[in-house]
Amino acid sequence: MSFLTYIINGISLGSVYAIIALGYSMVYGIAKMLNFAHGDVIMVGAFVVYSMTSKMGLNPLLAIVCAMVFCTLLGMAIEKVAYKPLRNATSSLAVLITAIGVSYFLQNIALIIFGSDPKAFTSVVTMEPIKLAGGELTISGEAVVTILTCIVIMVGLTLFINKTKAGQAMLAVSEDKGAAALMGINVNGTIALTFAIGSALAAIAGVLLCSAYPSISPYTGAMPGIKAFVAAVFGGIGSIPGALIGGILLGLIEILSKAYISSQLSDAIVFAVLIVVLLVRPTGILGKQIQEKV
Amino acid sequence: MKKLKMKEDTKNLLITYGIVIGAYIIMEIMMALGLVSYQIQGLLVPLCYYVVLAVSLNLTVGILGELSLGHAGFACVGVFSGTVFSICMQDVITVGWVRLVIAIIIGAVCAGIIGFLIGLPVLRLKGDYLAIVTLAFCEIIKNVVNVIYLGKDSAGIHFSMTDTASLGLAEDGMVIIKGPQGVTGMTKDANFTIGIILILITLFVVLNLIKSRDGRAIMAIRDNLIAAESVGINITKYKLMAFSISAALAGAAGAFYGHNFSTLNASTNNLGYNMSILILVFVVLGGIGNIRGSIIAAVILTLIPELLREFSEYRLLIYSIILIGMMLFNWSPKAQEWKAVMKERFLKKRKNEKEVQ
Amino acid sequence: MAMLEVTNLSISFGGLRAVDDFNITIKEGELYGLIGPNGAGKTTVFNLLTGVYKPNEGHVVLDGKDITGKRIIDINRTGIARTFQNIRLFKDLTVQENVMVGLHNQITYPTLAGIFKLPSYRKAEKEMRERSMELLEVFGLQEEANTLASNLPYGKQRKLEIARAMATNPKLLLLDEPAAGMNPNETIELMETIRFVRDHFKMTILLIEHDMKLVSGICENLTVLNFGHVLCQGETKEVLNNPEVIKAYLGE
Repeated sequence: MSFLTYIINGISLGSVYAIIALGYSMVYGIAKMLNFAHGDVIMVGAFVVYSMTSKMGLNPLLAIVCAMVFCTLLGMAIEKVAYKPLRNATSSLAVLITAIGVSYFLQNIALIIFGSDPKAFTSVVTMEPIKLAGGELTISGEAVVTILTCIVIMVGLTLFINKTKAGQAMLAVSEDKGAAALMGINVNGTIALTFAIGSALAAIAGVLLCSAYPSISPYTGAMPGIKAFVAAVFGGIGSIPGALIGGILLGLIEILSKAYISSQLSDAIVFAVLIVVLLVRPTGILGKQIQEKV
Repeated sequence: MKKLKMKEDTKNLLITYGIVIGAYIIMEIMMALGLVSYQIQGLLVPLCYYVVLAVSLNLTVGILGELSLGHAGFACVGVFSGTVFSICMQDVITVGWVRLVIAIIIGAVCAGIIGFLIGLPVLRLKGDYLAIVTLAFCEIIKNVVNVIYLGKDSAGIHFSMTDTASLGLAEDGMVIIKGPQGVTGMTKDANFTIGIILILITLFVVLNLIKSRDGRAIMAIRDNLIAAESVGINITKYKLMAFSISAALAGAAGAFYGHNFSTLNASTNNLGYNMSILILVFVVLGGIGNIRGSIIAAVILTLIPELLREFSEYRLLIYSIILIGMMLFNWSPKAQEWKAVMKERFLKKRKNEKEVQ
Repeated sequence: MAMLEVTNLSISFGGLRAVDDFNITIKEGELYGLIGPNGAGKTTVFNLLTGVYKPNEGHVVLDGKDITGKRIIDINRTGIARTFQNIRLFKDLTVQENVMVGLHNQITYPTLAGIFKLPSYRKAEKEMRERSMELLEVFGLQEEANTLASNLPYGKQRKLEIARAMATNPKLLLLDEPAAGMNPNETIELMETIRFVRDHFKMTILLIEHDMKLVSGICENLTVLNFGHVLCQGETKEVLNNPEVIKAYLGE
């Protein structure tokens, strides 16, 4: 039975990765940049909820909505101030380093406000654990909520991109910025919208992550951020189902190797699998192969 | 015309070496006069380590044109192979600096081999995918050294991946690597002079490589892979060459850095992802492909947080703002336009002044 | 004796037969033209000859050596050099360095000799600079030797590509639309240069071109490609007067 528990925990952790990976993937697809500050937006979202529930005693749901709004605005502000001026820079590395600067900035702001030691995060999920098979298999409320949230987000986002005008505009901009602009699409607006959605998702992911692993510090977002990035690459960066598959696989590999191989080596195993996947499929599981024309 | 160009190249080389040697002499004089604070003195060896890492990473990022986010992983290999050698040889080679020099060479060779082995499969990946794989390798190296336990006694070397007890050391034995606590028992042989020599050797290798046939082949691959292949350049060979040399130099830097401590463990900040990123920041801010720029950026960006020490908790915040500001100022097309306009105005003004005279 | 002998060369992408049963024989020292409407498969033929694509069927024999399916660099070393339709220079290297990269396999020395600046390095580098300068003079680029390749005007960039290809000491030179984007004066000058290269270096040249004045002016023989098939082959004048060819170009 413990195996099943691990599987469920893996899918649950993977769902969080998938939600973060979506933000990474969408931003990469559209702005062609690795947004290294994305992981820290997760941390900001979780801290907003922490302040509002633990410190001010507000309703968790209200706190989550506030966190989403806050992160959305934050994401758009970061894009406008730090990334947009570099969109046409001669080197794509410039914006990468700026993103790293933003990441340091967010971590240090949090460090000054909240201090470096981890705080206990009260889970926002009040659901009772589900007991199956006569109590031998327990599924925590957090796991259920996380997995459900992930499914809702995936379906919602797929519908948004395929059925709405704004979603189609996103696809067009990610395909070819110049052509999209010629077709009358507001490229700047579309990119800002992408950052907004990605950051709102990051806020949700932050809350879910800190509910499942109930502690929070200024560095909470860094490692999950990198892993979600790995998940996005795993599945094929720029693809929504890819982010889902990548995230879930990553969560499963991490939990299972922690359980059966070595808890210290679990990250190494995750990264080793990534390398193998990329060597077999250089653009990820669902990534598009692009060949340069001679 | 040709002569002039040649002279210019030589002049550039001399300026780069001159900056390093000049900085060394000034620093030594200031230290002799007691003008350098204890904190800054303690920073000199790490500074040399950063400079060598930045210059060697520039070989991969600027000259080969491939983004690597795992450069610290090679330094990590250098730290562990170099220090383990030194600890084992403490009784055999008693002169500290000789031991250190051999340790640096061993660090370089080990990291170079690892770089070669990693590069062999992954260098065919492109752009950001290569970047993520180098990041992954760096994390793997860091994780693996964190589960290694190594000890020695009269019976020889003992190895384990679980804990110290399972090493089964005899009574006279000593533990060299204690898993997550890292490597212990080094003598602190590293000093500023050896660091500067290491920087000069690194510069010598990288700058001479760039000016040679192989360096041109590497840059040709960077500029246009398909064209380079069409004139008969072996892409795999030269990508691997640049990547392994870069890794070997990082390994040398790591072995040197390891001898600055009596005990050192591999964390994200000193030998992991964060260090890789820090080094990349030096390279990009100093100018991609600009070797001298890497040195200057490494020095300035290491000193900024130190100079901001009086702002203590705000210093890293200020650092991040400076970093973002510098990137925007250096790279945004608008800022570049503005700089061009200002330069033109300045030149015009000078011309006018001359005419008045 | 034939310098290049291609038989039954074919390649498909997905279901499309981009080049089908392509045959050509080029004599040593010949100036040969490959023409045809856009999308006829001309550049694909170049990519097959140089090893960028591996053919599904057929054989390529260069100067008696079978080079079918060989790697790009091996084919270059056997003796085929090319230029590209969309210019591919090493843009952050100087003009002279571009040609020196072309000399990469002609003049060699070990890596360590380069790092330690040994005498063998100095000697070889000197020779490389001299040889590259000679080539630049042939193409009238000697004044710009130390300019960055990306700063050259368009017409000179095309010439530099030819100089770089010539530096690899080929037996057969493939030129992919060398006159594209040039004005009539530049084109005439280019014709002179191509002819000079052929006469001076005894070079065999196969070129793709849309400029009919250039083609009829310098090519001795032509092959016309249409929808991946050879439409017509033979002496330039005859081919250009062939009603089939005129139809392919002008439509019905």
